[in-house]
Amino acid sequence: MSAQALVEIHDVNFAYGRRQILKGINMTFPKGKLVAIMGLSGCGKTTILRHIGGVLKPSQGFVKVDGQVVHELDQDTLYRLRRKMGMLFQFGALFTDMTVFDNVAFQMREHTDLPEEIIRDLVMMKLHAVGLYGTQDLTPAELSGGMARRVALARAVALDPMLIMYDEPFAGLDPISLTVVGELIRRLNDALGATSVVVTHDIQESLKIVDYVYFIANGMVVAEGTAEEVRASGDAFVRQFVYGEMDGPIPFHYPGADFNKDLGVRV
Amino acid sequence: MAIVKALRGIGSRVINAVWRIGYAARFFFKVLFYSGMSFRRFRLTVREIFFSGVMSLIIILVAGTFVGMVLGLQGFETLKRYGSESALGSLVALSLVRELGPVLTAILFASRAGSAMTAEIGLMKTTEQLSAMEMMAVNPVARVVAPRFWAGVVSMPLLAALFSALGVFGGYVVGVIMIGVDSGQFWSQMQSAVDFKGDILNGVLKSFVFGVAVTVVALFEGFDAPPTAEGVSGATTRTVVESSLLILMLDFILTAFMFRGD
Repeated sequence: MSAQALVEIHDVNFAYGRRQILKGINMTFPKGKLVAIMGLSGCGKTTILRHIGGVLKPSQGFVKVDGQVVHELDQDTLYRLRRKMGMLFQFGALFTDMTVFDNVAFQMREHTDLPEEIIRDLVMMKLHAVGLYGTQDLTPAELSGGMARRVALARAVALDPMLIMYDEPFAGLDPISLTVVGELIRRLNDALGATSVVVTHDIQESLKIVDYVYFIANGMVVAEGTAEEVRASGDAFVRQFVYGEMDGPIPFHYPGADFNKDLGVRV
Repeated sequence: MAIVKALRGIGSRVINAVWRIGYAARFFFKVLFYSGMSFRRFRLTVREIFFSGVMSLIIILVAGTFVGMVLGLQGFETLKRYGSESALGSLVALSLVRELGPVLTAILFASRAGSAMTAEIGLMKTTEQLSAMEMMAVNPVARVVAPRFWAGVVSMPLLAALFSALGVFGGYVVGVIMIGVDSGQFWSQMQSAVDFKGDILNGVLKSFVFGVAVTVVALFEGFDAPPTAEGVSGATTRTVVESSLLILMLDFILTAFMFRGD
């Protein structure tokens, strides 16, 4: 991970009320690379994305994007920075009162003075890139889950961002859509020369496409490495995660009182 | 200990209610502050006027006609006792323009358009559309909330005026056409009794205030709704209940200032 970093997360701590979510997270996302953040549901993966986007402020530490400390920016500067970011939300978060075309054109219309003919051509190119040219007049309700995710992807890259963030892009997709979305994430990253952060728990799909992986558990980075290193890892947590074993460092049982004692069984 | 617990429960509810009022007030000022886009890109507001105003027309027009017809019947029955059936026109018009027009329109508007605004914004929040907008460097208050606010504020007085107009027509149908009150008396009494500034402008002012109240409640409830199915349904119910009560309360305060009997 020696290339110049676009995003740096330094000793970030964060709590929702009294519940500590992130405990001293350090991560680096080099320019042009596709990096995954993996971990169990609810372990704080999405919270990290929200810190990068400046939606949440760390209680300690900082997140630097393109050399700027995100939580210190005023709203105008933060919005200027966000224009260079794209984000794909878990279920697409398409605007349901607009057509596919208007969804993809949204940022172009909000942030540029481009004439409508050029916006039309750009939208068609973005839709073609995700294989959905021809769906421009449909509404989000008429799309399947996989198609909605691809439209959201086209919308996320509408302004050719330098950083693309994906929040669980593989959740709830059929095997074909899974491969398509995975391939698109890799291709778009390379074609745009962007940097991508993928938050996911779909290990098999993401290991096919990513350059580097961070594993999070209990709000901390517990392991990291390239896809090959992860596959060959002897780390108990990584092995449990990669091979989906029921028991291991992440216990099957919720930590509660002694079950035998509760039933009155003498062991 | 049970008493302490109960007191603590009451205390926390009161504190929560005060917090919410504070949030709502701050939200209102935020909406005003970010209203620039609603006027610069007026078509955004026009679109919302269509959804909240034009789409409410049917319910407002039908309700207005029937309320006017009932006023015609009841007014005639009462006025006949005093031998002043000829005053029916002024009774119908004054009741509608001063009270029933603004109040009933606002309550119907809260149920028809207010609840829809809450549900729409609540669902946009639940499905992360508002977060997506925020991440795309577009302020959701400026882009989504403010145009709806101004649409409500513009629509309400217009709808109340139409409600009153159709109400007068309903009163005319029942009083003049069906019962047989003299048409000339009906209209001339109305014309001499209704004052433009004292009655009509005050009625418009009332409906404007109600428009602000209903849309702020509806938009705040939607924006503040917990992002779950129950959260959105609860917020929608609260919109109708809170805005109806708020309308009746504000109506008393406004009436006390406008028509003090002097």
